[in-house]
This record gives sequence, structure tokens and C-alpha cells, in this order.
Amino acid sequence: MTSTVPIPQGIPLQRVQPFDPPTDLTALRDERPVSRMIYPDGHEGWLVTGYDAARAVLADVRFSSRRELIRSPISLDVPPQRLEPAPPGAMIVTDPPEHTRYRRLLMGQFTVRRMNQLTPRIQQITDDHLAAMRKEGPPADLVRSFALPIPSLVICELLGVPYETRDEFQRESAVLFDLHIKAEQRQAAATKLERFLQDLVEHKRAEPGDDLLGGLVTGSDLTDEELTNIGLLLLIAGHETTANMLALGTFALLQHPEQMAALRSEPELAVNAVEELLRYLSIIHIGPMRAATEDVEIEGELIRAGESVTVSVPGANWDSARFPEPEQLDITRRATGHLSFGHGVHQCLGQQLARVEMRIAYPALLREFPTLGLAVPAREVPLRTDMAIYGVHRLPVTW
Amino acid sequence: MFVEANPERCCGAGMCALAAPEVFGQDEEAGTVLVLASPPDVEHWEAVQDAVQLCPSGAIRIVMSRVDEQPI
Ligand code: SF4
Repeated sequence: MTSTVPIPQGIPLQRVQPFDPPTDLTALRDERPVSRMIYPDGHEGWLVTGYDAARAVLADVRFSSRRELIRSPISLDVPPQRLEPAPPGAMIVTDPPEHTRYRRLLMGQFTVRRMNQLTPRIQQITDDHLAAMRKEGPPADLVRSFALPIPSLVICELLGVPYETRDEFQRESAVLFDLHIKAEQRQAAATKLERFLQDLVEHKRAEPGDDLLGGLVTGSDLTDEELTNIGLLLLIAGHETTANMLALGTFALLQHPEQMAALRSEPELAVNAVEELLRYLSIIHIGPMRAATEDVEIEGELIRAGESVTVSVPGANWDSARFPEPEQLDITRRATGHLSFGHGVHQCLGQQLARVEMRIAYPALLREFPTLGLAVPAREVPLRTDMAIYGVHRLPVTW
Repeated sequence: MFVEANPERCCGAGMCALAAPEVFGQDEEAGTVLVLASPPDVEHWEAVQDAVQLCPSGAIRIVMSRVDEQPI
């Protein structure tokens, strides 16, 4: 095939506009949705940017999630040797049947119904934070006052993590997600987080409580090491994702005043608006990553056993073959089917929690602050292009 | 049309219960899929099709008659 778009060297992350996927990525998708990519370690692997192909890869168990088989599509300061196999409990980088065993222990805790039952509490947490923000401002940093603390408090309560300790693990998890951090600092942060969770598990053994971790301590035969790694995964995943969606989503609404006005006047649109914001913003901008365990043909391209495959969620979610006029933020479109929570057996376990949080938080913010606006020019909002999860570092707002 | 589910394959993502709550539920303890109505009412057919399409693990499907039934 003669292609005018060059084979990328690592996954393109450079954005021209804050909400649009990198133009190199979309150009590649339009030409070759399953493309070769040169990984930073020199490996000739693949980058999948088309919607159908992305779904096909993520649903296919011949593509492994095992950490020791996967290569990073971005250049990180890590020692050159391959990654270690997952420690017990780190289910996100394992395959069935190990993955299935852990997932089954948690599935019952995250059902649609259970998450909906949290509505009154999430509503109250949201109202409290909005009241506090009003007292302190204007102006305010929406990340610090609203987007981060709400999901943080919710996941802490759900898991049974003392909220007073949040500064400690939020600081370390920010280090883990920083793409430019030095290897020693990353290692130090990982160790501290692990120790934090180990202490917590030890505490739960003594006093289980009726929260999720307490329930796992008493109701399963998981080892302390497994509990530590599962707790770490849930705690970090419950923070970084929803927090970035709330802040970046608010930024996107502020930049699309007609969409914001529609959501403000019709809060019932929130259910659909959340799906559309998830599609439009695709905060998971690197991966999911997989490795082929057999030769597999996807859309006419032969992916050989052992080759690494990186799926681009922003690419897939802006595929016009699936979502017409993908560059339009339209909170009334049918946006379900987006890949922002992934696809296949690893699809986000906490997605129903994230949905409930966002369905409550966005309309509440718009209702409480009818004159909400940016406190700085849009181009001065610091973007998280340097982080493993996209979003904004700060969102200065006024009212 | 009838619907079938394989709880063994289900990964508890809840997309079915979200898309077609009249037809699919989730087991309270295990979190796995439950079929609440098979055959589903005609008015839910579209939602059922969405649910099948959205299910990340291929754990639910539509069959045209009971005779087609085979393990998923
Ligand atoms: S959508 Fe599929 S995986 Fe998710 S709960 Fe329903 S059957 Fe299970």
C-alpha cells in the first residue's frame, strides 16, 4: 500500500486544539486505520485508530493484556528491559482466567442498581462542594474545588479509605501519571502508594467496616498482596478518570455555549450529554495496549504473534464512519457505543459509578452557577498533554 | 425474538441493564447478567439490539426461536 501519511514513531499526542485528537492521528485513521507504528524501543508494532478495528482488537482474547508482553507506545524514562509480570491482584494487566477470578469478586459491587443507590449521597457531596466553592470565590480553580474532590470523596467512602489521607495518595498518583517523570521518582511513588494500601489492608483486617475493601477482607480468600493491588487500582482509577472528565467536560461546555445552555435548561439531557462528552473528549489518549498471542488479521492487516498493538480511543471515537461529524459536540446525538470505557472483558468496572457522578455533577454546577465562565483566556488553560490521562491541570473560573 | 445470556462470559459491565433495563438485569450478589423478559416486548426490541451491540464480552444474544438455542 502506498501511503502519504508516514508511519508514526510512537503514538501522536501533539494537539492543535484542546479538544480535537492530534491531527496526525486522525490523518492516519482516515488513510490506514490499522497502521504500523514504530515503538520507542524500536519494535515494529501497530496503532489502531479506526472504530471497528479498535472494537475488534479489544473484544478478541487473542490479544493479551499481560504486562510482560506489552510495549509502551510512548517514550518513558524506564530501564530498557521488559516489564515484570503483574503482581497478584493487578487485574488490569492480566488475562483470563486470572483476570476473571478477580473481576468476579468485584462485579457485584459495581452494578447499575448499586451505583444508582449512591445518588443521594453523591448529590449531597456535590452540593457541599459547590457551596464551598461559592464561599471561597470568585475566582476558583474548578479542578481543586469541584472536579477532583467529588470523585475523590465518593471513591474513598465506597472503598473505605480515610478521606483525610487523600493528599498523600493524590500526590503520589499524580507522579505515576506524569509522562516526563524520572524512573527513580516513579518507583518511589509506586512504593509509597503500595505501602499506603498495605497499611490500609492491615487496618481492615483488624476492623473491616462495611465498605468495599472491608467486604473483600472478610468475604474472600484474597491475600494481603492481592487486596493491596486491587485497592490501589480502584482508588487510582476512581480518581484520575472522573476528575479529568468533570474538569475537561466543563471546559468543553464553556467553549460551546449553545450546548451548555441546552444542558442548563434541560437537565434531563445530562444522561446523553455525559455519553457525548465521554466520546468527544476521550481522556484515555494512550492505549489500551495489547499484544498478539497468535497471528490475527484485522481489516486486511496481518498482526503477527508477539507484536504490540496500541488502540487509540480518541481516534476511534472520532471515526466519522461510526459517529457522523465527530468534531461537533452535540449532546443530543446517540453517542453510546463510544470506546471511552474500553471494550471486551477489561471494559471499565467503575463505569456506572462514573456515569452517576457525572450525571449529577454537571447539571448541578450549571444550575448553581448560571453565569459560570472562564477566568482566563481559553488558550491559557494548562492542558494535560504531559500526563497519561488527558484533561486540564487547572480550570480558573468565575461567576 | 428471544434473548439469551451466558453469565459465565459476562464481565459485569452493566451495559445491557443500562440499555434495556426491562429485559436485562444484574444479579444482586454476583453482578452477572439476568434475562428478565424473553421474549421481550416489541417496544423493547431496539433497546435489546443496542444492548447486544454494546455488551463488551459477547455474553448476550438474540435468537429467533427457542429451537435455535445453543450455548453462547
Ligand atoms: S453488557 Fe454484557 S458483560 Fe455487561 S453485564 Fe450485560 S451481559 Fe454482562
